[in-house]
Amino acid sequence: MEARFLLGFLLLLSLSSFAFAIYEDQVGLADWHKRYIGKVKHAVFHTQKTGRRRVVVSTEENAIASLDLRTGDILWRHVLGKNDAVDQIGLSLGKYVLTLSSQGSVLRAWNLPDGQMVWETDLQISNPSNSFLHVLGNVKSGRDSLSLVCNGGSIRAVSSIDGLVVWKKDLSVDGLKLKHVFQPPESDTIYAIGFIDSSLIALYHINAKTGELLKHATQASSVDLSSEISAISSDSLVALDTSRSNLLLIKFMAGTITNHKLPLSDIVQDFSGLAELIPTKSNDIFVVKTPSNVAFIKVKGDNEIELIGKADEAGIVSDSLILSEEEQAFAVVHHSNNAISFQVRINGREALTEGIKIEDHRGHVKRVFLNNYVRTDKSHGFRALIVMEDESLLLMQQGEVVWSREDGLASISDAVVAELPVEKEGGVSVVEVEHTLLEWLKGHMLKLKGTLMLSTPDDMAAIQAMHLKSTERNKMTRDHNGFRKLIIVLTQSGKVYALHTGDGRIVWAHLLTPLLQSESCPSPSVLTLRNWRVPHRKALQENPSILLVGRCGAGPESHGFLFIVDSYSGKVLETQILDHSIAEVVPLPLADSSEQKLHLVIDDKLNAHLYPRGSDALEVFVREMANMYYYKVENAKEVIKGYAFKKGCSTGSSAYCFGTRELWSVVFPSDSERIVATARRKINEVVHTQAKIMTNQDVMYKYISKNILFVATVSPKAAGGIGSAAPDEAWLVAYLIDTVTGRILHRVTHQGAQGPVHAVVSENWVVYHYFNLRAHRYEMTVIEIYDQSRADNKDVMKLVLGKHNLTAPITSYSRPEIATKSQSYFFTHSVKAIAVTTTARGITSKQILIGTIGDQVLALDKWYLDPRQTANPSQEEKEEGIIPLTDTLPIIPQSYVTHTRQVGDLRGIMSFPANLESTTHVFSYGIDLFYTRIAPSRTYDSLTDEFSYVLLLITVVVLIVAILVTWAMSQKKDLQEKWR
Amino acid sequence: MEKGKAMARRWAVDFSDSSSSSHPTVADPPGFTRSAPDLDETSGSRQKKDAEAAWKAQKAWEVAQAPFKNLLMMGFMMWMAGNTVHLFSMGITFSALWQPISALRSVGKVFEPYKDPKVDLNAPRLLFIALNLGGLLLGMWKLNTLGLLPTHASDWVFSLPPAKEVEFAGGGSPFY
Repeated sequence: MEARFLLGFLLLLSLSSFAFAIYEDQVGLADWHKRYIGKVKHAVFHTQKTGRRRVVVSTEENAIASLDLRTGDILWRHVLGKNDAVDQIGLSLGKYVLTLSSQGSVLRAWNLPDGQMVWETDLQISNPSNSFLHVLGNVKSGRDSLSLVCNGGSIRAVSSIDGLVVWKKDLSVDGLKLKHVFQPPESDTIYAIGFIDSSLIALYHINAKTGELLKHATQASSVDLSSEISAISSDSLVALDTSRSNLLLIKFMAGTITNHKLPLSDIVQDFSGLAELIPTKSNDIFVVKTPSNVAFIKVKGDNEIELIGKADEAGIVSDSLILSEEEQAFAVVHHSNNAISFQVRINGREALTEGIKIEDHRGHVKRVFLNNYVRTDKSHGFRALIVMEDESLLLMQQGEVVWSREDGLASISDAVVAELPVEKEGGVSVVEVEHTLLEWLKGHMLKLKGTLMLSTPDDMAAIQAMHLKSTERNKMTRDHNGFRKLIIVLTQSGKVYALHTGDGRIVWAHLLTPLLQSESCPSPSVLTLRNWRVPHRKALQENPSILLVGRCGAGPESHGFLFIVDSYSGKVLETQILDHSIAEVVPLPLADSSEQKLHLVIDDKLNAHLYPRGSDALEVFVREMANMYYYKVENAKEVIKGYAFKKGCSTGSSAYCFGTRELWSVVFPSDSERIVATARRKINEVVHTQAKIMTNQDVMYKYISKNILFVATVSPKAAGGIGSAAPDEAWLVAYLIDTVTGRILHRVTHQGAQGPVHAVVSENWVVYHYFNLRAHRYEMTVIEIYDQSRADNKDVMKLVLGKHNLTAPITSYSRPEIATKSQSYFFTHSVKAIAVTTTARGITSKQILIGTIGDQVLALDKWYLDPRQTANPSQEEKEEGIIPLTDTLPIIPQSYVTHTRQVGDLRGIMSFPANLESTTHVFSYGIDLFYTRIAPSRTYDSLTDEFSYVLLLITVVVLIVAILVTWAMSQKKDLQEKWR
Repeated sequence: MEKGKAMARRWAVDFSDSSSSSHPTVADPPGFTRSAPDLDETSGSRQKKDAEAAWKAQKAWEVAQAPFKNLLMMGFMMWMAGNTVHLFSMGITFSALWQPISALRSVGKVFEPYKDPKVDLNAPRLLFIALNLGGLLLGMWKLNTLGLLPTHASDWVFSLPPAKEVEFAGGGSPFY
């Protein structure tokens, strides 16, 4: 039988923790949760005199939120689904927020104070297109008010109270696109204006209460109409033509339409390029933005227009804000260096100009939302919500930034981990030590009281507060356990943030793309980030750094660029605009003499460029070149190709440029298979052992290779959503492919199954999740891979003497025999993301981290997914911890690592090891961020924070005293015995 | 404790064998003559010595057979302890291993009190050793049934690190 010292011990420990969770008072000790909303695209202010001042916003990440205007805190927030983009938001009846989403097909009302959904109406729109919402002010049937949703050529009036569609009018005209709806005051008639095929202007009179069509008229336009309009008064609007250089003034008095063409060059001197209309509301003023300036134009009388104001630089202009009958205000914001000038213009006249300094890592201003308040002297004051290039949100008032939100963190696209600096010796004063010692003693006395159940509620609160503000976890230095690290994240806007794992604060943030913006690099965007230097042995005095890779334009052939950034400070160490494009960045398991990791940048012509540029890096790579391969998954062509590298490339003669040679390709038949998911092992995953010991003391050798690629394909009919294919037409094929030789190691077909497929590969196993159409349930399958060619290494004598080839390097070209074991289970949830825990040495048992549909992270022990399970395990198997086979994977509520929190729109889960073998960091991101530390087999290698050292100390002291006393007593007794 | 006992015994033996006084330099107390009683009791002491030798031989055999009882008791305890690894069975097994080993180590000392030129101690000594080896084997057997002896291939490879791979392939889906 086997030596179970270590394994048995671990097993006992892990068995004792089939399910474990944290206590309520432990929430927030190791974890943190940050809520964001994303890049704001609409904002509606709600600033009544009474009650809280708030702003309701909708974002690019499909979130709707109500923010406190004073602090910027989220009062409530809802995240709509991925395909439910918000088109427009509005306020109705002063207490509901209306949101139109999914291209105008869903209208929802939310209660303004608490964000409860009041009603939801599916407008059943057949061909969703650009649509808009118009809240009618004065059609009152009882206490109700109507909201109009216009979509193409149809109008729906929805009651604001209960969301019922009161009437529906389909104007059934081909090519009609309604542009504007308005209602003259004190009238029951609605005017709807639309364009038919960009050449006809149509006007409809509709009864607001019944939806009856009263009158309609059409008129040919003198120019081709674009879709941009600006309503300037109750009977006129301005449209822009398709060439974007002419304006069309349209008037519709008493059922007739007149239009008048006005070339922009007549109004604005030195006009050139393309103009843009800023939507306004009324008062005969409209705003035209041209590449060189912003013009405020007033309409006077019949077809007379006049330029009343001009902002010279092309700034960002807000929507109009109506102050009174005659006055409307705009905000114009310019950006220069690290300051923005904020200008409010009332009726085109400059009313207020403020200059505000902001951090230069926020980039340019992207959007402005203007709001006013009445000062005590009855004059108008202005505040503005500003969306910056890095997607952060600022509130500006009286020349100051009142609050700012880092909402760029809602769109993380990639993340890596970096170490913190090593703590410097000395520098701690005696006073500080005494103070901390006293604190320490106090803290432990409190804890002791807690343990002995003597503490009062006050003490309990003190203990809780102490836990939370413990300064130890927020230090800016490395710790022994590896709990403090930096998570460096890249967001969609190209901004890089370093977050501290202790409390999630931003250590540094940089928006790097503006640094590059130039003629040679017109629109830089960052694609990914990698660890560039991870010093551990040779280059400890060097700071760790990260590599940012991006490209200068949109297309795959545009030139790439590299940034190397210091991870401690965020300082840019090196910038490089490359002379080739970037299709892929391949980190190699090699490093040069200064611990810089070697990276191959593959360009669109399949040449490989080696970075860093240095002779020793080149030497290291050339030595290993024969063993380096590249593979490419072409999702569109359903092909996977493998390449080897060769000296000399097709585009230049640089020594750092290498050509590629195609070695193999796996072509999936496009009429029956489509690639839906690929997965591979993490490059830096550590595996403790290659042997798997079975219950009967038999040994199986794991097939552990970094070059296994898991590929899942589905039938083309089943490539759509669930329900798009019948079970007979749907199948899912799972492949395991060796990426060095292109050999298919294993292939399995699941009939009646379809995607979405989520897979994770670790050690010698792969777990994937898919939908079973026959059973109408989600399934998870595990495949474990074993190396049959080493299976005969079972002679104990040979193993004792070390005469075996188990540690000899293996090559894929030896074509090792593979055996697989697999098992499938039903799983209740659909899955958004899947990952696996990684620990420093790979001894601790694994947990699969599943991002569930409820935006939570579930830690599922790997032993639930064990192909060795049988329905009736033998006594020995039970001893080993093999549980009976069940058809469904259990979901234990305590094993949610996010406990009660939700990570809105969960997109990714990342696990990285701490120095303690038992513990791993888990970072999950979506719109929210959530970080925690988990111990899949409990913390068997350290004492918990709960451990009472004082109790231990007292016990030891008491024991020593007891020993001394009894020893003295026994001595005395012995002496007396002897004298007797 | 063990050491104290042994010392006490040695002292007692020395006392009975007073002819070889360990302190020849120390003068006898006044009025004490060493030779007088010796001469008087020569025939009586021989008889006494014969009886003592017989007694010693008998005792030596008894001591030699003592581990047998121990063996039986150990066997019973092991049977009681069962075949699963837990504190009780581990304790029993380790004491079953430790007792014979310590007994074998002190085999000289165990038979020292019965040392006599007329007594042949080799046979009891051999029996003692054999019985203790039996006990040791019993302990080993128990250790094996508990699965704590590295007799399987799995015991030698359970922490074998994975073999190094020669090749490395990197890549994936290109950026679009």
